[in-house]
Amino acid sequence: MYEIRFHGRGGQGAVTASKILATAAFLESKWVTSFPFFGTERRGAPVTAFTRVDDRRIELRSQIYEPDAVVVLDKSLMDLVNVTEGLKSDGVIIVNGKDGNLKEAGRFKVGYVDATSIALRNGLGDPAHPIVNTAILGAFAKVSDLVTLQSIKNATYDTTPSKKKENVNAVQEAYEETELN
Amino acid sequence: MTGNEAVAMGVKLSRVKVVAAYPITPQTTIVEKLAEMVANGDLDSKFIEVESEHSAMSSVTASEITGVRSYTASSSHGILYMHEALHWAAGMRVPLVMSVVNRAIGPPWNIWGEQTDTFNQRDTGWMQIYCETNQEAMDSIMLGYKIAENKKILLPVMNMLDAFTLSHTSEPVEIRNEKTAADYLGDLDLDFKLDFNNPASYGSLASPDSPFMEMKRDMRDSMYNAVGTIKNEISSFNELFDADLPGLTENFMMEDADYALVTAGAISSTAKYTVRKMRERGQKVGLIRLYFYRPFPAEEILKAVKGLKALGVVERNLSFGQRGPTFEDVVSSLYGRVNIPIRDYVVGLGGRDVRVKDYEKMFENLIEGNNEIDWINVEVK
Repeated sequence: MYEIRFHGRGGQGAVTASKILATAAFLESKWVTSFPFFGTERRGAPVTAFTRVDDRRIELRSQIYEPDAVVVLDKSLMDLVNVTEGLKSDGVIIVNGKDGNLKEAGRFKVGYVDATSIALRNGLGDPAHPIVNTAILGAFAKVSDLVTLQSIKNATYDTTPSKKKENVNAVQEAYEETELN
Repeated sequence: MTGNEAVAMGVKLSRVKVVAAYPITPQTTIVEKLAEMVANGDLDSKFIEVESEHSAMSSVTASEITGVRSYTASSSHGILYMHEALHWAAGMRVPLVMSVVNRAIGPPWNIWGEQTDTFNQRDTGWMQIYCETNQEAMDSIMLGYKIAENKKILLPVMNMLDAFTLSHTSEPVEIRNEKTAADYLGDLDLDFKLDFNNPASYGSLASPDSPFMEMKRDMRDSMYNAVGTIKNEISSFNELFDADLPGLTENFMMEDADYALVTAGAISSTAKYTVRKMRERGQKVGLIRLYFYRPFPAEEILKAVKGLKALGVVERNLSFGQRGPTFEDVVSSLYGRVNIPIRDYVVGLGGRDVRVKDYEKMFENLIEGNNEIDWINVEVK
């Protein structure tokens, strides 16, 4: 079983990101679950979302405490939340930002991507509220080999209610621009 | 799809003609989806916006009694506000189906998962189903109407799914064939209904020497006797749709188990995961999951516990001044027939996560025979 934890703020699309990733794995004939943990359902409040992927029906329904991968949609959250808590020693972490000051980063496979600029360039959200969920998944495809870039693109196209092409472009651009650290 | 989307799809497949509901988190997205289906013309149904849950239940009771299949959904304080109307629906033998997304009851205010809201409705005369997966959440709507509308039963069905753990969790669900579903349920056919051409009255005054008591006994008998019909209907459903519904209970790795837990709802999944893990370590543990809670599957539990050394009952609900309702039901089902230690554990109130280590603790407690632990994952001050 592969477990991914998303950290974002309300409105950035963390819940949708967890759903698109689950859909991508589902398209590759995997069993998946995707679920949010809502604190307060407000724009800007910290949101956690989870995706599980396995070859068999997934019975575990508790939250994810020891993820294989962590996806951070908003770098400012790293001052509030210990995003690498429980992350497996060979785990993957994707950060929306040009670089970062991750503690113990050496233990993990880290990918940085400026998902905010990519989202805005593609008209996803506005400068105050960029919707970075699809761009960050392009970075995920680059750093992790859980699912293919094509499946992420297909899932993005199927799942997003509008601006389908722009979202798929954001995935592709993020894939190309992600820097491994 | 999410649990709430699966429920809405189950309602659509059941060709419900009237929906009346009042929104409450975490039920809201069921009703939103149904409103969208009606607006788009995907569901040929009348959508009634009401000002409260009491009115929602009263509206669907009234529409159902005219012979029109009807539906509502609620949660937590909404279902509490509906309580009086629940007795009316069941007492007038109206075969409604309602979904309840189980949510904690305040104070303190809390929108997360817990089953106290529907265990509170145990004595209203509604049948109760607790779903473990989104697939079950969809299938149980259709099964619910089939059983409720059976002329030997004619009692409403309450279909439960846990807040967020199912309602807002996406997982693969197979959407049943629309034509097969339509043939399966047919149209609602009531022998007695409100009809302008044959005027009749429902729920009028009944004095002590009227058949009031006999009517209540008939209702009680119908619920008890529903067990056989339910078993047959589940088998037929599974055959027709190639589905995987359990019996009134599901026995998981019970064949040679020494110790077992009883659970209901989506927290059963993590319990199964734990049982599998402990089995790999050679520990003979198992799980009995309640799919139906009313009628209570007493005989199924009696059969399942044969050979056990101890049994634990997991309550995601709270009763004050006595033990939990499931514990009492299990003990009374086994009284004088099986003599093993039975303990109860309170878990997951107010949405507190129920984890593998919590189930391991309960099993270890059962194995050690330690009587002192009954609240799980609680800070003691």
